[in-house]
Amino acid sequence: MTIIKILDEGKLSISLEGRLDTTTAPELEEVLKGSLDGVSELIIDMGSLGYLSSAGLRVLLSAQKTMNKQGSMKVTNVNETIMEIFEVTGFADILTIA
Amino acid sequence: MKELTMNATVENITQVTAFVDEQLEALGCPVKAQVQIDIAIDELFGNIAHYAYHPEVGVATVRVEVVQEPLSVVITFIDHGIPYDPLAKKEPDTGLSAEKREIGGLGIFMVKKSMDEISYEYKDGKNILRIKKKL
Repeated sequence: MTIIKILDEGKLSISLEGRLDTTTAPELEEVLKGSLDGVSELIIDMGSLGYLSSAGLRVLLSAQKTMNKQGSMKVTNVNETIMEIFEVTGFADILTIA
Repeated sequence: MKELTMNATVENITQVTAFVDEQLEALGCPVKAQVQIDIAIDELFGNIAHYAYHPEVGVATVRVEVVQEPLSVVITFIDHGIPYDPLAKKEPDTGLSAEKREIGGLGIFMVKKSMDEISYEYKDGKNILRIKKKL
């Protein structure tokens, strides 16, 4: 998976490319862990993400919890496959999908 | 029938996925079903890698069989680690808020929802988990 990070003042945009699964989720977890200090707006762009498994959902949930305390989080460009996963798991109600 | 036996490690999930995908592609599997099967592999082989032999490393076998009428694929995951029935796990409450959500059990829940059949048995010292998906 490729992770592209753009920080503009308090706004952090993260673009994901590939698959967010058991193998790659720890990479995203690591990036988020070191990047969320002072961030009030987090945008996760899934335009180039093929799919995600529960390991990816775990990282998204943890990011959402952090951002609930310090600002907002938005997930963008969600494809049909990923949207279905969000719906089945109830994540469609937890995340802000734009 | 084709099968692959290898160390059950997170690093090997990619190889198991490639092994199964190759056979799915040969069968003309629709993309959606392939993605659902790939996610199932991540969840199921990932579970074995994390828990079956922890903290040791052991082997797991992944077997792919094709069934006709309707054309379906049956994938069996076999390990001889600690007995564990993932189907016995309580289903997660998918209606809870972010603060109250627990992630445990979500992977197997996703697999149950996306596969046509799923079964587990513990036999001769082996965990045998089988999924079936119509193509």
